[in-house]
Amino acid sequence: MSIATTAPVERENYLNKEYGIGSWLLTTDHKRIALLYLISITFFFFIGGFFALLIRLELLTPIGDLVQADTYNKLFTQHGMVMIFFFLIPSIPAVLGNFLVPMMVGAKDLAFPRVNLLSWYLYIIGGAFMLHCMLTGGVDTGWTFYTPFSTAFTNTKIVEAGIGIFIAGFSSILTGLNFIVTIHRMRAPGMTWSRLPLFIWAHYATSIIQILGTPVIAITIVLVAVERTLHLGIFDPKLGGDPLLFQHLFWFYSHPAVYIMILPSMGIVSEIIACYSRKRIFGYSFVALSSLAIAVFGFLVWAHHMFVAGISLYSALIFSILSYAVAVPSAVKVFNWTATLYKGSIHYDAPMLYAFGFLGLFTMGGLTGLFLSALGIDVHVTDTYFVVAHFHYIMVGGAVMGYLGGMHFWWPKISGKLYPEGWARLAALIVFIGFNLTFFPQFVLGYLGMPRRYYQYPAEFQILNVFSTAGATILGVGYVLPMVYFLWSMRYGKPAPANPWNAAGLEWKTPSPPPTFNFDEEPVVTWEAYNYDEIDAGHKQEVKVVG
Amino acid sequence: MAGNVDALFIFLLIVTGLMTLLIFCTLIYFAARYRARPGVLAEQIEGSIPLEITWSIIPLGVFMMIFLWGAVVYFKERTPPRDATEVYVVAKQWMWKLEHAEGQREINELHVPVGRDVKLIMTSQDVIHSFYIPAFRIKQDVLPGRYTIEWFHPTKPGTYHLFCAEYCGTMHSGMIGDIVVMEPAQYEAWMSGTPSGPLSVAGEKIFAELGCSTCHRSDTQGRGPNLLGVFGRPVQLEDGRTVTADENYIRESILDPGAKVVAGFKPVMPTFQGLVSEEQVNALVAYVKSLSQPVNQPGVKAAPGQVLLPKNPPGGNQVQ
Amino acid sequence: MSDSTVAIPSSPHDAHGPELLHHFADAQQQRDSASLGMWIFLATEVMFFGGLFCAYLIYRLWYFGDFAAAAQTLNYKLGATNTAVLICSSLTVVFAVHAAQVGKRAMLIVSLILTLILGFAFLGIKAVEYTEKFELHHVPGPSFQFDNVRVPGHPDQLVNPRHAEIYFALYFIMTGLHALHMIIGIGIFTWLLITAWKGRYTPKYFTPVEIGGLYWHFVDIVWIYLFPLLYLIDLHK
Repeated sequence: MSIATTAPVERENYLNKEYGIGSWLLTTDHKRIALLYLISITFFFFIGGFFALLIRLELLTPIGDLVQADTYNKLFTQHGMVMIFFFLIPSIPAVLGNFLVPMMVGAKDLAFPRVNLLSWYLYIIGGAFMLHCMLTGGVDTGWTFYTPFSTAFTNTKIVEAGIGIFIAGFSSILTGLNFIVTIHRMRAPGMTWSRLPLFIWAHYATSIIQILGTPVIAITIVLVAVERTLHLGIFDPKLGGDPLLFQHLFWFYSHPAVYIMILPSMGIVSEIIACYSRKRIFGYSFVALSSLAIAVFGFLVWAHHMFVAGISLYSALIFSILSYAVAVPSAVKVFNWTATLYKGSIHYDAPMLYAFGFLGLFTMGGLTGLFLSALGIDVHVTDTYFVVAHFHYIMVGGAVMGYLGGMHFWWPKISGKLYPEGWARLAALIVFIGFNLTFFPQFVLGYLGMPRRYYQYPAEFQILNVFSTAGATILGVGYVLPMVYFLWSMRYGKPAPANPWNAAGLEWKTPSPPPTFNFDEEPVVTWEAYNYDEIDAGHKQEVKVVG
Repeated sequence: MAGNVDALFIFLLIVTGLMTLLIFCTLIYFAARYRARPGVLAEQIEGSIPLEITWSIIPLGVFMMIFLWGAVVYFKERTPPRDATEVYVVAKQWMWKLEHAEGQREINELHVPVGRDVKLIMTSQDVIHSFYIPAFRIKQDVLPGRYTIEWFHPTKPGTYHLFCAEYCGTMHSGMIGDIVVMEPAQYEAWMSGTPSGPLSVAGEKIFAELGCSTCHRSDTQGRGPNLLGVFGRPVQLEDGRTVTADENYIRESILDPGAKVVAGFKPVMPTFQGLVSEEQVNALVAYVKSLSQPVNQPGVKAAPGQVLLPKNPPGGNQVQ
Repeated sequence: MSDSTVAIPSSPHDAHGPELLHHFADAQQQRDSASLGMWIFLATEVMFFGGLFCAYLIYRLWYFGDFAAAAQTLNYKLGATNTAVLICSSLTVVFAVHAAQVGKRAMLIVSLILTLILGFAFLGIKAVEYTEKFELHHVPGPSFQFDNVRVPGHPDQLVNPRHAEIYFALYFIMTGLHALHMIIGIGIFTWLLITAWKGRYTPKYFTPVEIGGLYWHFVDIVWIYLFPLLYLIDLHK
């Protein structure tokens, strides 16, 4: 990478184009909006993480001695709601997706920049409702707020939390809408569907789920709120309603929601593995189509959360078999990523370490999904720590690892600075170790019979809980480190060139950080995606950019 | 029966363990073998359709096998045997109330003899709970407003955890108890220690007290259907449907009689919603069941004019 | 947006109107994007109402008699009138879009005004219906009453008031949500009227009219499903 020998005049880019809080709060630049999201979701991540810390501290001992039972119930509820609705679901699409989708397709911005800003404000307003709710009493229903407990029995602030989630849901819908239109209508000349980066395919599939699934939980929240305030009987059996109807409506969104959380991360992993193996992803079309397959099949499996809920045996059979079907595309991706390494030229920079971590942890988490889809096994392990471990392996081991990998990979592009590589590799290692120590014992705990959402537990479960808490502390350190060195790098990091990794993709053909309009002239794409052979052989594809 | 679940679990452990090992070793091997070396370029390989097909079909095949095995285990779990001893369970925040067919009541504990099938007929007084016995590898949500069924066959004496496994409020984690499996002799001793009559006899009493026998006569045709032999049999309804008279049907007929009116009868039965507790409903259900059972079941005596029926009624008595 | 103040050496502004937003390559792309965006938004709306339709269908299957009795307390004539009102309003919307397409400002404005009038008529009739329901104590909640009503076709069967209350809860939520969308539609069309008056729409640029029209048609279609489902249960009995 080149270092200027004279003090450079700072080129105009999206960060220095305008200063002042107004230029940020009223921006329509997708890159600035991405940073607004970055700050907000990081804030909520640490709030959710703080709740997790308290949960793990309480669970060090079998008795309830740190907080009261009601407080503990609020802790795990709010940990779930904050992490899912205010961190995981927005995270990659709203930060990296917003930043990169226009650039990767060769556009100047998303299709609807003002809608993009609106979606951030909706997120903030929703978050404000959630925060206020938590500060003034909180919710204790579990993030799944099953009826009739949530509609007729609890005294906590369900409606306010529901409003917060409802509004944040519209933020999610608008982001998805924006991405779909951008990808369909604003691709640069020559950027055919088969030349799109897999990151784009992943976000396209994610957006489909966002627009079709989120409205269903929105209406479910409305029904719960109405029932709660007017004492209706839509879900209350005492008044003729059916609590299982709630569960169906809830899971119809909340299952596809987990694919919203994982697909973008898979997109990132494709980009990273291609770059650090210096080759095209093996089976590009299969990886692209498997994202779509996951999006479609993901809508067909929701009642695998309800195998012991009282559904009929025959429904259970159907949902079990479909759940196995949805596992196949994910498996195909893992195989294709692994095959990409074959005869590659592999570098071990921090993003690649995160990608390796993803591969390992997502594989494990996904394989434990096979246990849960097996009806006979699920009866035993559902509602236990086995499920908790399973979804944390995918959400944290998968989605968050991918997110961190992506943040490292594109940090030079976003900030114009390089992060310190040594610290980054250390952080990746700490996260990996801490993560496994936290969550692997929970598989065992679950099979031994420890139910979830338990504030106190029989003494025989203590030792595994202690391991888990120890791991959580290490994991926490691993998450704080990137915060620190990313911030450090903004001031003290080495300036980054346009393409520090010699990566493929249109986003690398702009300076770091990019100018406000990304490309001064529309790029014309004449090469295939992941053309690392051309890149490494020294060929360049010219794309006009302003200085 | 727990053995079946464990067998599948171990099989899955082996399969997923091997898969994990395979992928991890491949990853590590490739990562090491193909690490970047100066002057060596990566080889661009587009893909391989035969490979894609292979590694889609083979996992799918393995998955289907796991599905079938899991389904078989599940089918057995959800099909209680016909002669199981019945225990009625009422869940409430935050305790388990159990009542044996013979009449013993327990709180947070269930005593059963080893070697005999036990069928739990469960409902909740308030929110959704879940009756979980990890040692037996069984779990079933307990819902307000209807019965759900769970069964097990204890094979070893001992005391086993009972947990509530569906979050239900403040003391969800305190809603725990014990399943005490005893040798038959010990169980007999324990049973005789509590003097209370069979549940169905209590139900018979309530049936009379609430005036049910005014309409549901067994000697002549009354305003309501004769309940002898009804339980477990198909019932033709006035709107043309045919349903099986299981526990949920009996319960619904008491609490919401207009929902399913028997063909040939007028919908004049008043509802008893709010007038009977869950335990009383359980007793009434037990009583109606006793009107369809052969003599050698506990708590059954012939009512005047009653003809006791053969052991296996043709309609079956399965509950979905 | 700050980009409009950035000086660009040779201005391509002359080739297009001021409505072209600078992140689009050309007017066609902007138009296509707006249209696709609105269609996707309508898809989300279908899913939003879909959850309600799902709940309604399930309970109607389970409690058919009770639902029929409750439905028959609605004034189906007013409902039918409202259906006709909305269908006419969709017709006036079609006229409006066409007028914008061919640049007939007067026709556009008249069509928009007619649409608004019909929209208000719809809401007015709905208000009448809601008032009647309020007076009959059919609004779910503490004051709900539905005693001694017979199931249509089964004169000896009494309706379970709890089930009727579920019907009315769904009725109010579904028609209320629909009415909310109507109000938003009226807001959108008022804005369209104002901007049309100011001469903003030309054959080259009428996208807001087009996508506003799409939205209105959608709200109309939702009603066309709601009306028979809610009002016309077993009316022959």
